[in-house]
Amino acid sequence: MHRLILNKIVLVLSTLSAVIGISFLFWILATLTYKGVSSIHWSTFTNDLVEGGIRNLLVGQFTMAIIASVVAVPIGMMAGIYLREYGHGSKLASVIRNLSDVMMSAPSIVIGVFVFALFVDPFGGYNGWAGIIALAIMMIPIIISTTDNMLSLVPTELREAGMALGGSKHKIILQIVVKAAKVGITTGVLLSFARIIGETAPLLFTSANNQFFTMDLTEQFPSLTVSIYNLATYPDSESRELAWAAAFILTMIVLFINLIGRYAIRNKK
Amino acid sequence: MAKDKLVMEIKDFSFTYSGAEEPSLRKINLPVLKNKITAMIGPSGCGKSTLLRAMNRIHDLYPGNKYEGKINLYKEDGTKENILDLKKENDFIKLRQQVGMIFQKPTPFPMSIFDNVAYGLRLSGTKNKSELEGHVEKALKDAAIWKETKDRLKESALGLSGGQQQRLCIARAVALKPRVILFDEPTSALDPLSTGAIEELITELKKELSIMIVTHNMQQASRLSDYTAFMYLGDLAEYNTTEKIFLNPEKKLTEDYITGRFG
Amino acid sequence: MSGKLFRNFSFLSATLSFFLLVGIFAILFTYAQEAMQEFGFDFLLSETWEADEDDEGGIFGGYIPIIGTLLSTLIAMTLAVPLAMGIAIFLTEIASDTIGKPVSIAIELLAAIPSIIYGMWGLFYFAPIVQSVFGGNGVGLLTAGMVLAIMVIPFMAAISRDAMNTTPLVLKESAYAMGATKFEVIKDVIMPYSKGGIIGSIILSLGRALGETMAVAFLIGSVMSIPGSITDPTTSIPVLLANNFAEAQDLEMSSMYFLALILFVVSFIIISVAKFYFLGRKVK
Repeated sequence: MHRLILNKIVLVLSTLSAVIGISFLFWILATLTYKGVSSIHWSTFTNDLVEGGIRNLLVGQFTMAIIASVVAVPIGMMAGIYLREYGHGSKLASVIRNLSDVMMSAPSIVIGVFVFALFVDPFGGYNGWAGIIALAIMMIPIIISTTDNMLSLVPTELREAGMALGGSKHKIILQIVVKAAKVGITTGVLLSFARIIGETAPLLFTSANNQFFTMDLTEQFPSLTVSIYNLATYPDSESRELAWAAAFILTMIVLFINLIGRYAIRNKK
Repeated sequence: MAKDKLVMEIKDFSFTYSGAEEPSLRKINLPVLKNKITAMIGPSGCGKSTLLRAMNRIHDLYPGNKYEGKINLYKEDGTKENILDLKKENDFIKLRQQVGMIFQKPTPFPMSIFDNVAYGLRLSGTKNKSELEGHVEKALKDAAIWKETKDRLKESALGLSGGQQQRLCIARAVALKPRVILFDEPTSALDPLSTGAIEELITELKKELSIMIVTHNMQQASRLSDYTAFMYLGDLAEYNTTEKIFLNPEKKLTEDYITGRFG
Repeated sequence: MSGKLFRNFSFLSATLSFFLLVGIFAILFTYAQEAMQEFGFDFLLSETWEADEDDEGGIFGGYIPIIGTLLSTLIAMTLAVPLAMGIAIFLTEIASDTIGKPVSIAIELLAAIPSIIYGMWGLFYFAPIVQSVFGGNGVGLLTAGMVLAIMVIPFMAAISRDAMNTTPLVLKESAYAMGATKFEVIKDVIMPYSKGGIIGSIILSLGRALGETMAVAFLIGSVMSIPGSITDPTTSIPVLLANNFAEAQDLEMSSMYFLALILFVVSFIIISVAKFYFLGRKVK
C-alpha cells in the first residue's frame, strides 16, 4: 500500500539523518582524541607556546573569559531583571529585549572589528582588555536572555507573597525571585561561558596572541583558540601536533562545562 | 436489552501502562450496543479515558503498554474480530477509521475547514473532487455546522469558535462513516450553549452509528445516554440502563457518586 | 544598595544592548565612509581587490567575498535543511525516550563544539574526502559549505525539535485517530503547526552560516577569485576580515569596514525577520 511505503521511507530517512548527525559527533571526537592524546605530553601543560606548550595559552584564554564573565554576568543579569521585573510589559522593555536577541546572533567577527576600532586602534595595538571587551559583548545578550527567561518562570504569586509581607521591590527581587531562578540562571551562565571560551574570531585582532606568559592585559594576550588557528596552518609537524593537543583540550573543556551546565545542575533539582 | 445488537464488546479486559506495576483497568466486561449511547462516568483517575483509548488502540502510539482479555468489534455481517490481536500499522489505520474519536479539547488541524473534513477521506484514498465535496457537505450537515461554514470552507479552521471547532471535529469523524465514535469529555472545554448544541448533535448521530462517551458531568450522562457504566478505581463498578443507574442503582457506591457525595 | 540605585543600575544595563547595537552600526558606518564615497554602490559589483604599490589607495570591490559568502551559505543550507528536519522528526516522533534522550544530548553537544574545531577537523579529515570524491584541491566552496552544514545542523535540529515538541499531543492523537500514518501526522499536523518555529530555525541558521568565520577560514581557500566550479577556492566576508583586516591600511581598511557593515546589516535583517516574523516573541 502506497501510504505505508511512503511512511516507512520517511521514517527510515529521518532515522538515517539522526545516525549521520551522531556519526559526525563521534567522528570529530574520535579524531580529536586520537590526534590529541598522542600529541599531549607533560610539557604541553608546563611550557609556554614559545617552548612548544600551551600553559600561557590556557591561562590567557581563561583569564580573558573569566574577566569577561565578571563584567558580563552582573550587567546581563541586571538587564534581565529590568526587562522582567521593572519594565515588564512596557514598550521600551520589549524593544530592548528584541535588540538584545539580535545582538546575540550578531557575527562574532563584526564584534571583533568594532572593538578593534574603539579599543585597539586608538590605544596603539592589540591588548588583553580589548579581547575581554569583545568576549563580554558576546556574552551579555546571552545572559540577558537567560535571566529574562528564567525569571519569567518564577510564579507571580511568589512576588505577591513577598509584597504582602512588606518587602521592598528590590529586596524581593534579590532575595526571592532571583533565588528561585538560581538553577536556571547558573546553567545559562555556564553555557555562555563555554561558548565564549571557545571563541576565536572576536579575539583575532583584539587580544591577538602572545607566545610568552603574561598577565599584563595592556599588551598582546595569549589565546588558546587564536594559537590553534595559527599552529594548524603551519607546515611543520610539531606545530600541528600542538594544535591537535590544544584543540582536544579546548573541546574537552567546552563539552565538560556543557555537560555540567545542562545535565548535572538540572538533574540536581 | 436483549434485542439490542452488539457493536463492540469488552471482555475480561485488563490494561497496564508501560512501566506501571499495577494494572489501571481490571477485568472489565462491558457491551457497546448498536445505535445507542453508552456513557462512562466515575471520579478522575478511575480509568474511563484509559478504557476509551483502548477501544481504538490509540494507546499504541506509546510503546510498552500491556493488554489482556478481548475487545471485539462486530462487523455488519455479524462476524467479530478481537482488536487486541491487531499488530500491523495498516490494521490500526482500518480500525481507527471504523472507530472514531473526539477529544476533550477541539482539535482542528492547521488547515482549511474543507480540508479538515476531507482529511480522513483523502487519507483513505478518495481523490475525486466532486465526490469529496459531496461527502464534506454531507458530514458538515450531519454535524449541524453546514450553515455556519458553507461560505467559508476555504478559511482556516482555527478561526472558528470553540463550539464550532468541536462540531467540525465531529464532522471530520463522521465523514469517514465510522461504526462507533468515542467521545472523551467532548464538552468539558465548552460554554453551556455550545455544550447544548453538541449534546443535541450526539443524540442525532446515534441513528447512524453507536456512541461511547466519557463524561464528568452527571446531568450530561443522564440526559444523553441509554446505558451508563460507572467506573471506580480501575473496576467497572456497575453497568445498566441509564434510568436504572440514576434512579435505582444496585450499589451504594454508585448512589454515593451520583448524588455527589464524592468525586 | 538602595532600591532606587538598584533600579537605575538595572535600567542602565538594559539600555546597554541598544547602545551597543547602535554603536556598532555607527562605528562601522563611520569607518566605512572613505570606501563608500570612493566606490559607492559599485563596491558590491566590482571584482578587483588591489592596493596600490604605495599602499595608500587602490581599487577595492566586495563582489568576490560577497558571492563567496552567499554561495557557501547556499550550499550549507541546501544540505543542512533536510538533514536537520530529519533529525528533528526522529527526535520528536520516532525515537523512544531511551534512544531519543542520548541522541538529543549528542546533538546539543555537537552544537556546542567551537567552530575552530570544525574548521581544523574539516581541513585535515573532511577536505581529503571531498577531494577524492569531487576532485579539486580539497579546500574550496564545496568543502566550506559542507562543513558549514555539519556545523549548523545540530543548531537547526535543536530549535526545530523544540518547535515540533510544542504541537499539542491531543492534536497528533486526533490525527492518528482518523487513521493517519506517522508521516501523515508529521506532514499534515506537526509541520503546519510548528511552521513558524521551523522556518525561524532555518533563518537563524542562515544568519549563523553567513557570519561564520573560523570553520570557513580553514576550508574556503582564502583566494580572491571567483569560483569557476563548486570545488574551486574563493573567500568570504568573515574570512577576508579574519585574515587581512588587521594588516590593511587606509582605503583598504575602510573597504574592510564596509564589508563588515554589509555583513552586520544583512545579519541584522535576517535575524530580525526570523525573530519577529517567524519565531514570534517568546514573551509571555
